[in-house]
Order: sequence, then C-alpha cells, then structure tokens
Amino acid sequence: MTRQAMFFRIVVNSLIRRRSRMLVALLAVIIGATVFLGMGALYYDIPRQMGQEFRAYGANLILVSSGNDSTLRLEDAKRALALLPPDKLVGASPFRYGTMYHNRQGLTVAGADFAAVRKTSPYWQIQGEWPQKDDEVLIGTDIAEHARLHAGSFITLQIAPPGRRRITKELKISGIVRTGGAEDAFVLMPLSGMESLMGAPGTANVVEISLAATGEDIARFIETIRAEAPGVTPRLVKRIADSETTVLSRLQALVYLVTGIVLFLTMICVGTTMMTVVMERRGEIGLKKAIGAENRAIIAEFMGEGIILALGGWLLGIGTGYFFAQLISMSVFSREVTLPFFLVLLTLGASLAVTILASFIPVAMAADVEPALVLRGE
Amino acid sequence: MNILELNDVSMIYGPVKALQNISFIVQPGEWVAIMGASGSGKTTMMNIVGCMNKATHGSVILDGENISRLNARDLTVLRRDKIGLIFQQFHLISYLTAVENVMIAQYYHSMVDEKEAMQALERVGLAHRARHLPRQLSGGEQQRLCIARALINYPRLILADEPTGNLDETNQNTVLDIFHQLHNEGSTIIVVTHSPEVAAHAQRVISLEFGRLVSDMPTSLCA
Repeated sequence: MTRQAMFFRIVVNSLIRRRSRMLVALLAVIIGATVFLGMGALYYDIPRQMGQEFRAYGANLILVSSGNDSTLRLEDAKRALALLPPDKLVGASPFRYGTMYHNRQGLTVAGADFAAVRKTSPYWQIQGEWPQKDDEVLIGTDIAEHARLHAGSFITLQIAPPGRRRITKELKISGIVRTGGAEDAFVLMPLSGMESLMGAPGTANVVEISLAATGEDIARFIETIRAEAPGVTPRLVKRIADSETTVLSRLQALVYLVTGIVLFLTMICVGTTMMTVVMERRGEIGLKKAIGAENRAIIAEFMGEGIILALGGWLLGIGTGYFFAQLISMSVFSREVTLPFFLVLLTLGASLAVTILASFIPVAMAADVEPALVLRGE
Repeated sequence: MNILELNDVSMIYGPVKALQNISFIVQPGEWVAIMGASGSGKTTMMNIVGCMNKATHGSVILDGENISRLNARDLTVLRRDKIGLIFQQFHLISYLTAVENVMIAQYYHSMVDEKEAMQALERVGLAHRARHLPRQLSGGEQQRLCIARALINYPRLILADEPTGNLDETNQNTVLDIFHQLHNEGSTIIVVTHSPEVAAHAQRVISLEFGRLVSDMPTSLCA
C-alpha cells in the first residue's frame, strides 16, 4: 500500500466512522455551497431576468434624426437596428407626429406601428381594440373625457398636409388608450394611415427601441450606431435605463450581502465543529505524535478531512443550490434560471476556501498538542 | 555502546522537583523495570526517556544521540526511529481497524506494508482480529495490539508504561510472555511499573522515591 493510499484511508475512516460529529460540519458546507451557487446563479441571471421585466416599462433607447430635419428615414433606422443583437432586441417602434384639428382645436396625432408598440410599451392600457385599419384610431383618455368620445364612436379631424389642400376625415375610434404619459392627450393611428394623410412616406420623428440590456451594454450599442449608422442619432432613455441600473445594482448588492453572511456563518460553523473535533481528539493527536507523526502529518490529516468535507458539501450543494435558484427564479420571475459551468467551479473554490480558512485555528491547535500532556496515565 | 545513558538528570517544574540527579545506563538487550509509587517520578522519567519531554538539567543519550540538545521535530524523528511505546491506556485509534492501527506507525515511519503489519499481529496472536475496531477487542487484545504497533518499526528500545495496569492476571501473563519472547530475541525493554510482580520479570530494577533514584540492582538481589 502506498503512503497516499494510507493517508486517504486514515482521513476517510476518520470521517466515516465518526460521521455523527462531522455531519454537522458537512451540513454547514452544504448550506454554504447551496446559498453560494443559488445566489450566484441568481446574481448572474438577475440582469437577464430583470431586463425582461424592465422591458414592460417602455423603450430604453430612441433614434432621432441626426440632421437639422426633425424626421429620420426609416431605412436609416433599419440599418441602425441591424447593428443590434437580435436576441436583445425586444422591439422597435417608429412614431411620426403631426397636428390635426377637431372642432378647431389642435390635437397631436401620432402614427405608430402598433404591433411594435405592443412589444416596446406593453404597459399601455387599451379600452376597446387596437386599430386594425388605416381609418381606425386610438384616442388618449384625456381627449376621450374632454370630448366625451368612446370606443366605437367616430372622430372628425381636419388635416392640413404640407403643400396640399386641407381635408376632413372621419375616423373610427377603436379604443381609448391610457399610458399615464403624453399619449393620454394624443390621437394614435397606424403609421400607414398617417402616411396616406400627411404624405412623406418612410419617415418618422422617432424610433423607440426596447433592448433587454443594462446601461453599459446600451452605451456600447449607442457607440456602434453612432459610428456605423449615419442619418440617425441614438439616445439613451435615462429615466428607464437609470432606474434599471439602480434596481439591478441594489439587488446584486443584496445577493452579495446574503452570500457573504452565509459563507461567514458556514465558516464559523465549520470552524467550531473542527475545533470541537480537535478538542475531542487531543488524545489521538498526542498518540500520533508519540508514535512519530510530525506536525505536518497532523496538519495534512485535518486539512484532508476539511477538503473531503468541502468536496462532499460542494457535490451535494450544487444539486440543492441549483434547485434553490430554480425555485426562487420560478416563483419571482416565472422563468427558469441558467446555470453557467464556471459558477459550479467557483462554488468548489468557495467551499474549499471557507473550509480551509475555518480549519486554520483548529489545525494550529492540533499541531500544538503535547503528547506527554495528553497521554499522561489516568 | 549503551542504548540509554542518563547523566545527572533533573526535571523541575517551578517549585516541584519531579526528578533529581538521576543517572543510570541501560545496555542493549537489557530488560529494566523502573519502579516507584505514585508521584515518584516514573511517568516523568518515561516522558524524558521516550523523547516526549526534555530534562531541565543533565543529559540523556539515546543510542549515541544526546537528546537534550534536540528540538521538538528532531525528538519526534528520534522517537519514531528508535522507540516503541506501549501505554497502560493502550491509546489505539478508535476509527482504524487493528491492522490499520499497526500500519499507521509504519505510515509515520516510512513505508506502509500490510503484510508485515499482519505478521506483527500474528506474533501477538491477533491475526484473526485484524479487521476489528479497537472497541471490539478485549483489554488484553488491545494491549497486544499496542505491542504489535510498538514493534512494527523494529525499535532499538521498547518503553512500556504500566503495560499490565489495566489487565487481569491471564492477560497480564500473556503480555509478560510476549515481553520475555522479545527479550530473548535481543530487544531492549524498559518497563515502568508500580507492580513488584511485573518488575520481577525484568533483569534489573531501578527504584524511584520522590523523584530520586533510591536503588538500582539486579532483580535477583531485590527482596
């Protein structure tokens, strides 16, 4: 038998045949590994999960014209959109604004791609239906209240297209929109309908983009668009992006804190258990020294026990940790969490580090045992 | 060359003089009993000769090496290489089997050889109990296991502290028979005991009283 095999036999037998004591330490390492892996998976996944959640609050990037003209060409906007990663692009909705009159009162009319609006602004509340045809409109809740209009009724608008004769058009109100924003005072119609009334097809005043990305990523995309897409200027919607960053950083700080506290508690638990073990095994340590064990052999045996505990705790902890992360992710975000492999390795490192750190003082105590004192005849 | 030589050895703990000016020599192949009542300094003597403590005064020469000058690590190495320790309380490792308890002494010494460990168990009549844990062995068997462990690295000196103190008469005789066998094969044995019956098996008896050596004579001359 080799010395390594004997070392393994000593360490494993010590753990297995004294398992009731070591079970406490193993349990502590399992809990530590579970929380580390679980929280790590959430930490890694939170930007993705929360990014999806934040997309419900509207666009976080807009494109406007880069020239003096207030409108941009949709072709330019399409080129800019092609520069964005498709997996992060939730939606892009062009808006074209104009003024029309109802009972001689000016109203802001916005032409929009409603299929895209549903993706970029899922928070819009519609009473009635989304417009299906070019002569159907949504009216903001403020206009509806002021003019006593409702879904299914008609609104007559006078339009004065640039360089063309004034026309009057009766449009069907398919629904009333409430956004809590400026749209509550708008008339919204399909972009194609707007183009047929106002002319100048293929243009928009702004393109609202919803990206499943954090502030840093969006800043990088802005740089790319600036460099490679002439004709449009990208702008960050700071209100959305900043609050997303704030919430994310607070959540991640919370994850750090909880993980740190649990690892510290794990270390204390493993440390005190190992200390108790050393106290209980003073006679055995003294005997080993008496029959020729050097301090390094004693240290190696205790560290060996600690490392096996860490490996056992890690193996069981990755299973429970993944389950823990999945449980939280499903109950909070209703989505499955992804577990990157590097996190499994990082958990192994953390388990080993915590166990080895926790073993330092007990192992130093073991090395200090004087055989003459502990083997004294009772 | 003497196997052990104590020259004017004293051990003083504060006001307590555990040993005072002890000098004696042990020749290779001798069986010496160190006798004395409780508090006479037997255990202190055992710890010094067994390289587990250093005398505060005097010199101890073990197999030609002055152990008074060695540090803790060197003492461990010397103990491992030259001494086989046998304890009254057996001091076996509870989670290792009988054969593993012998092999662990090999492990700390040099190479591990299970076959040789089994032969050591056979020598003390324990081969059939090789896979048993210490708690599954009787007191006599545990002491025989302790002897097998002490012998496994072929020590120059076997040092036994009250080896029969926890045994009944039958087991005491078995252990003493093993000691006779070892002595006949040329082993040097020092037995620390308070029992005149056990001491009577030795060739020579050194008596201690209150830390002083009061007599050192062949067993045949002891009353």
